[in-house]
Parts: sequence; C-alpha cells; structure tokens
Amino acid sequence: MMILKILFRNAFHNKLRSGLTILGIAVAILAFGLLRTVISSWYAGVEAASTSRLVTRNAISIIFTLPLSYNEKIRQLEGVKMVSYGNWFGGVYIDEKNFFPNFCVEPRTYLEIYPEFVLSPAEKKAFIADRKGFVAGRKLAAKYRWKIGDTVTLKGTIYPGNWDFVLRGIYKGRDDTTDETQFYFHWDYLNETIKKVSSQQADQVGFYMIAVTRPDLAAEVALAVDKTFKNSLAETLTETEKAFNQGFIAMSGAIVTAIQMVSFVVIIIIMAVVANTMAMTTRERIGDYAIMKTLGFGSRDITILIFGESLVITLTGCLTGMILTYPAAAAFGHALETFFPIFIVSTETLYLDVLAAILIGCLAAIIPTRQAIRIGIADGLRRIG
Amino acid sequence: MAVPISYSLRNLWKRRLTTILTVSGMALVVFVFAAILMMAEGLQKTLVETGSYDNVVVFRKGSTSEVMSSIERKQASIVEMLPQVAIDQHGRRLLAKEVVVLISLQKRGDEKAAAHSNVVVRGVEEKSVPLRPQVKLVSGRMFRMGSSEIIVGNSIAKGFKGVGLQGTLNWGMRTWTVVGVFDAGNTGFSSEIWGDVDQVMQAFRRPVYSSVIFKLQNPAEFPTAKGAIEADQRLTLEAKRETRYYLDQSEMMAKFLRILGLSLTIIFSIGAIIGAMITMYSAVANRIGEIGTMRALGFRRRNILAAFLAESLLLGFIGGAAGLFFASFMQFITVSTVNFQTFSELAFKFTLTGPIVLQAMSFSLIMGLIGGLLPAFRASRMNIVEALRAA
Repeated sequence: MMILKILFRNAFHNKLRSGLTILGIAVAILAFGLLRTVISSWYAGVEAASTSRLVTRNAISIIFTLPLSYNEKIRQLEGVKMVSYGNWFGGVYIDEKNFFPNFCVEPRTYLEIYPEFVLSPAEKKAFIADRKGFVAGRKLAAKYRWKIGDTVTLKGTIYPGNWDFVLRGIYKGRDDTTDETQFYFHWDYLNETIKKVSSQQADQVGFYMIAVTRPDLAAEVALAVDKTFKNSLAETLTETEKAFNQGFIAMSGAIVTAIQMVSFVVIIIIMAVVANTMAMTTRERIGDYAIMKTLGFGSRDITILIFGESLVITLTGCLTGMILTYPAAAAFGHALETFFPIFIVSTETLYLDVLAAILIGCLAAIIPTRQAIRIGIADGLRRIG
Repeated sequence: MAVPISYSLRNLWKRRLTTILTVSGMALVVFVFAAILMMAEGLQKTLVETGSYDNVVVFRKGSTSEVMSSIERKQASIVEMLPQVAIDQHGRRLLAKEVVVLISLQKRGDEKAAAHSNVVVRGVEEKSVPLRPQVKLVSGRMFRMGSSEIIVGNSIAKGFKGVGLQGTLNWGMRTWTVVGVFDAGNTGFSSEIWGDVDQVMQAFRRPVYSSVIFKLQNPAEFPTAKGAIEADQRLTLEAKRETRYYLDQSEMMAKFLRILGLSLTIIFSIGAIIGAMITMYSAVANRIGEIGTMRALGFRRRNILAAFLAESLLLGFIGGAAGLFFASFMQFITVSTVNFQTFSELAFKFTLTGPIVLQAMSFSLIMGLIGGLLPAFRASRMNIVEALRAA
C-alpha cells in the first residue's frame, strides 16, 4: 500500500509534465484504438461471412458472368440445400459520392440463404411480389431518409440508363456485424430490361450463392461445382463466402499493411515521449535515489520505484484513452459510414491498449533505471542543488 | 542584443538523451506524414503520366472505367471518321479500338494466402502502340496479330505468378503465351497485359469494344471533337482527354489516402507537440538561474523568448530533416494494390516532390513552435530577482 502511495506521489510530483505525458498517452491510445478498429472493420465482411455458404463466380474474374442455366445443374449436386443468384449492379444514387453496394438477386432464395437479414413477413411478401421493389438496410434507409413506398432512381454504370425502384422493405441485421447498408432488388427486373435491349447479354448471372446441407460438406461441394463446369465456356470458381470476402481484402492488402504499420508507429512515438519524461524525472530525482541508497535500499527497490512510476503514468493515460475511444469511434464511424458499414471497438482492441501501455511504461523506464542504479552515492548526493 | 544561436544549439547537445527522444518522436510523425503524401502523389503521378494530353478516350456514357464501358463496332466506326483524328506519315488514322477486361491472377510470394488480384487485359490494335509512346519492349518481342500471344507489363511480370517470359496463361479455352515484357515507366500500362484485340474479344466472347482511343490532329481541337461525339444521336458515348480520364480514376483513392494521412498526422502531431512541450518546459525549469543571469546581464525579455523559441524550432528542424531523410528512402519502394475505382491492380512508387518536402518541413517547424511557445513565454516572463535566487 505504502509503495503505491509513493508511486502516485512521485508520478504527480511535477503536475504539468505528468499531465502532458498522460494526455499524450491518451491521444496515442485513442489513435491506436481507432486504427485497430479501422482494420477490424476492414475485415468485418470476412467476420460476418459464413463458412457454410459458397460463392460461385466466373473463374476468369469477377467481371465475367455465368449462364443462368447453371442454376439447375448446381441444385442437383449432392450436398446443396439451396441456390440463389444475383449480379453486382453498380448503380449510382444521384452522385458517385453516395456509394453503397447494390445487387440484384433472386429474392425468395436469397433471403432464405441470408437469415441474418431480418424483414417482417409483410415486408418480405411485398418485396417478393413487386418486381420493381427493393429492400435496403436500416442504416442506408436512414441515411437517405427513404420510407416504404418511396421511389428511388439509380443510374446504371454497368447497365446504362436510369432505373426506378420502389422501397418495399427495410431489413435489420440479426447480428452486430451484419452490414446494414446494402440495397437488393429483383434479378428479373434487370434481366427483362436487358432482354429488350440486347438479348445476347440476357440470362447471365454474376454469382451463385449456394447453401450447403452441412458446413463440413462445403469443400466437397465447391470442388463438385467447379468440376461440373470444367472445360466449358464459362468455368467457375467456387469458394466459401469467407474466402471470397478475404480475397477482396487481400487485393487492398498494401493499404491494410500500411495502416497496421502506422498503428505501431504511434506506439513508438509515444514511447519516445514517455521515455523522455522518465529520463527527466530520474535526472531530477537522482539525489533522492542517492539518499535512498545511503539508507540501505537496493537497486531492486529503485527499479520498482521507477518502473512503477512509469506504469502509473502510462496506465492512467491508457485508461483515459480507452474511455475516449468510444465516443471517438462513434463519431468516426458515422463520418465514414460509406467506407466502413461496421465500426465497433472490439474487446481485443482494449486488451491490446493495456498491453501497449504496459509495454511503453516498461521500455521507457529501462534507460533511466540503469542510470539511477549505476550512479555512485557520492555523485548522486553532490548533484543536489 | 540577441542571444547567440550557439547557446540554443549547445543546450540541445548538453541534454542529448532528451533531445534524441524528442527529435525521434517528431521525426516519426514527419515520416508518416511525408510517406502518406508520397503515396497519394505517386498514385496520382502514375495515373496522370499514363495519359497523354493530345489523346482522347471515348467510352460509353455513364461508365466510370473502360472495363464497364461497351462500344459497338458500328459506333466505333463513326468515331473513326471524325475529322479531328490525327493521321500519321503512312496515312493511317491514329485511332485504336480496344477491349479491356479484368482477369484474376495469383500473386507471387504469399503461398498460403494465395492472394489473387484483378489484372487488366487490354486487347489492342497495331495503332495502339504509336498512341502510347511510353510503352517500350524490354525483352522478347511484340506479339503477332492474329495469334494467341501476349505481352505483359513489367510490374505484372514481377508481381504475379506464371507471367514471366514464355509463361502461359489459360483463358477462354485457349493457352496464351507470353512472348514479350514491356516497360511503360511509371504508368498504369506497366500493370497491364496486352494482346490482339480480335483474339481477346473472341476468347472472352465480347462482341463489343470497351473504348476507342485516338490522337488529336491538333490538341486544341478537343472541344470540337468532344462536341461532335456527344451530340451525335447515333452514339451514346462520352469523350475525355486521356490525362483527365486517368486523373479521374485516381481521385477517390488519392482522396482517401490524403484524408487518412491528414487525420493520422494531426493525431500523431499532438503526441509530438506534447513531447516537445515537456522537453522545453524542463529546459526552462533547469535553467532558471541562467535565465536570471542573462536578464541581469541586460538581455531583454524578447531575447530570452527568441532564444527558447529558436531552441524548439531547432528541435522541429532536426526532427523534420531526420523524418524526411528516412522518407526519401521510401522512393525505392513500389506498392502494388487494387485501385478501388477501377477494381484493377495498379503498381506505383512513393514519390517525393518539392511541395511535399516543404509541407513536411513546415509541419515539423510548426510542431516545434507550438511545443515551445508556452515554455518560452514562461522563461521570458520570469522575474530577475526570483530567478537569480532560485539558482
């Protein structure tokens, strides 16, 4: 108990300096927490993805389509519970800045494969019944203030023209990690419009979503699907939804790595600041340590004192930073909703915060401790002003 | 009379450990700041250099990149007949009808992750080559028209599996042989694969072109050509200068990088400013006696203020110089990542420019200034008698 009291007294002996250092640590922990959250929200799509759903797409690349006739063939394979399909529509709402993912899908099967999109039975029925209808996530509808029955026009970038849709339902996410910023409409609507313009491009599907009967069958089913269409004009590549989403992230891997590196740089910067504070503190208190040595305290006691003081400062800062992380993450997540639909501070981040604070506290104390231990008693006493 | 600058300098030297720690904190901030700006700059520079000012890209109205665009053969022929298209010494019209698709290739390295990325395959005509003077073959030979041969950009040859010279790729139930590697400098073409347009169209079953590129006879005639294309009822096309077209493609990503860089450095700089402030406060506190003596010798308050500000500006300057020194090594690094906007792989280099050096340096000096301001004020406002007594 006594030692704790001394540690706190020592740490706040120079209030201005300790206050500044604590502020610095709080800011660094805040930045670290936000960056970690950015990375984890980058991977949110992977986390939310299921391993028991498979995605089949054209093996050449995502921009090529597959014929609709594959639907029946996939359905007949063993282990397949249900098949749905859709296309990436790539529509723009008013301006390119208003980005949100929009797909056309086969509504009945798609909603069944995705139980995490929760729609009321009435809304679901209305959506399925209306060929021009669409459903939007809760956050998306709230952002643009769409109400059920509103007509929304998207400008096609892949499929030219202006497309009108009627909002028939607003889905809520079953879990925290469900993306609530997506836009789904009928695949038939797209297909029939294309048919009128150029029949060659009709009956083409961007991807198939496959639900398997048992998750452990996923790998087998994926192989079976790809084997079925081997050596055809449109060869397929089937992988679990998780692997599929991971593939997307791997493409922007360089940026993720950069952010990861930067989140460690902030720790190093703040380490320099804390080490600086500790170096000054010890230099000022070298006389005290000399007296303690005269009184018979050993190097171990002095080490505990300096490390303890350093830890008191870093952990206080860390706590402040952690508390600040929540409101900051809320504001940040709101501002960048288009980039990161899911922005939640994870408990893992908090553990890492504490770990980082302890690390900083210990590393910053090493050099000052060495100096304090090495100094001879006479030298130390002479330094008193 | 001003306090000599050597006083500030020697002071920093006297307290080496503290100085080094403060400077390294600042240097890291400057490094991150410069590196992110260099990345955005490199990206933009790569895409801007990809385009030529007197080339025009024609694509379908509303599409944001060549991959999404489609131009029917009939429409392409109408564009070909525009009077503004340049004619070379052999009497050919300098216009190329091209097709652009993305294929998924496996990246080198990363065995277990098996990272794939989208690579641009551009079906080109013979006239595409004179339209892109940046593209130069470095090894192998040009592909033969009418065959399943391709040439690849050097960034792709380096970064992806199986696309070196004599490598083979399979798409559209055919085997394609790499017969040449080309270098297009710091441009987007270095991240592309080129083949014969008719062969590529057939292999991918695409009956339409993606874009039409032509050189203007006279660069100033762009508005006329654009007007003619966009007013024509038979065409649903849009024309952009090639430079503008590629600049637009880099906009979103460059903006993202700049916002990221700016918000990061602002947060980081708070840490560094606090570091400088702690250092300067203790510099002042340790030298109360000295300050008193200097004041007694006749130095004015503003001289003291200036001396301490000079000291903290020096800290900022050294930090900035160190940060920029390390950042300049980043220029040797090439980043290859997917451009969100076009969804295709693009390699670019970190690029250090004069304005970035200036921005980073002024940023560092400002950090030093803000950090030193309050402590310097405290030093200058000290009472002579009390300060001397403290010594």
